[in-house]
Amino acid sequence: MSEIRSELKYLSSHEWARVEDDGTVTIGITDHAQAALGDVVFVELPEVGATVTAGQEAGVVESVKAASDIYSPVSGEVIAINERLADAPETINSAPYDEGWFFKVQPDDLEELEDALDAEAYQASLSE
Amino acid sequence: MLNQTPLHAVHQEMGGKLVDFSGWSMPVNYGSQIEEHHAVRGDAGMFDVSHMTIVDVRGPEAKTFLQYLLANDVAKLQAQGKALYSAMLNPQGGVIDDLIVYLMEWGYRLVVNCGTRAKDLAWIGLQAKDFQVEVQERPELAMIAVQGPNARAKFHSLLAASDVAVAEQLNVFSGAFLSGDRAGWMVARTGYTGEDGYEIMLPQEDAETLWRTLVNAGVRPCGLGARDTLRLEAGMNLYGHEMNDEVSPLVANMAWTIAWTEGRDFIGRAALEAQKAVGIRDKLVGLVMRERGVLRDGYPVLVAGSDRQGVITSGSFSPTLGYSIALARVPVEIGEQAKVVIRGKEVDVAVVKPCFVRNGKPV
Repeated sequence: MSEIRSELKYLSSHEWARVEDDGTVTIGITDHAQAALGDVVFVELPEVGATVTAGQEAGVVESVKAASDIYSPVSGEVIAINERLADAPETINSAPYDEGWFFKVQPDDLEELEDALDAEAYQASLSE
Repeated sequence: MLNQTPLHAVHQEMGGKLVDFSGWSMPVNYGSQIEEHHAVRGDAGMFDVSHMTIVDVRGPEAKTFLQYLLANDVAKLQAQGKALYSAMLNPQGGVIDDLIVYLMEWGYRLVVNCGTRAKDLAWIGLQAKDFQVEVQERPELAMIAVQGPNARAKFHSLLAASDVAVAEQLNVFSGAFLSGDRAGWMVARTGYTGEDGYEIMLPQEDAETLWRTLVNAGVRPCGLGARDTLRLEAGMNLYGHEMNDEVSPLVANMAWTIAWTEGRDFIGRAALEAQKAVGIRDKLVGLVMRERGVLRDGYPVLVAGSDRQGVITSGSFSPTLGYSIALARVPVEIGEQAKVVIRGKEVDVAVVKPCFVRNGKPV
């Protein structure tokens, strides 16, 4: 079984979002997603300063097996990207919810995340 | 319900991630495809390939039948156990399947792909009607491939001294039977990884013991994911990718497998001769992309000086090289550089011979 964390918000396209104490949002892909992709070999992340839109493509993750678009769960400005992924993309496989995060956003409107799935709903979407 | 090999329960027990592979439940990896890939390049790994179809051909006309059925010429097989790679063509010169044929004491043994099993057996059966031959599928045999620079030594460590002597003497692309309790085991020095090793055909009831014994001898279980990246690095074709019923072997880097022996009428010969007379317009090449990103099957290849596009037939990240490689069918006028369209973006690639890694080393 793949791990699903109760404190996170999810998209059915397998991204997670975590609201930090300072109001920024950290985004990554789920344990289920990394397992389905297999060994990740490259990640294309948005640039710091770029604007992302909720539900729109924000990057690409490529495994040996497949390429998969990454969608942003919130709109806002990208304030940080995970530089470590350039040299160690396998971090996404080993720690998808921790060291394997993708990028951080200063959200325009945190209420957008209310449209995202909670852990229970995401779990349910996996068993459909 | 998916078909299962005799090793299915062992794959589950050992953490294999099982997927539907042409109707068979097979492990795609046991955790990390890349680590399994490296194990084969650097040490020894093994694959359950029991899903492949083994077909024995016997009878007084077995040789003439196969000389008609196959594009390569089984007359080249002089010594028992010797193997030959061949295409089986349709009358239009398309590839029904690619296979390995062994010369046996009692006739010939074919090893064909699992995804093409039904149409292969139907085709072989249809053609066999005009010959005095008996065609027998051998579903009760399992098959395990042990591959890598240390694979042979690790396999030898399980054998009786007399069987070690038999195995050690095997030339590349030859097989032999073992003795004693293992008299039903055929060991062939073949594979699909670009490394030395064996493919072992054995009674299915012996498969689990062999698998577990090999694990204890330090051979790593590998899934079909690693098998695919290994064969791609070695520049080996995969049926349904580099060729199919509509693709000629002459545009799939398989011209070397066509035996034009004078006077030998084989299925597809007339069509291939007609293609050669008109001129072959495509060829199979290797592509290398050192930029970040991964070449994938189906991506278009743009060739300077040609109004026709090529196409990637197999593309992946190469774990050995650390960048992406691909096989592509392209117009023959391609030079040393081309462009691949990756999600709408044109990216430069180098054009190379379709072989990237042999015996652990970049070529």
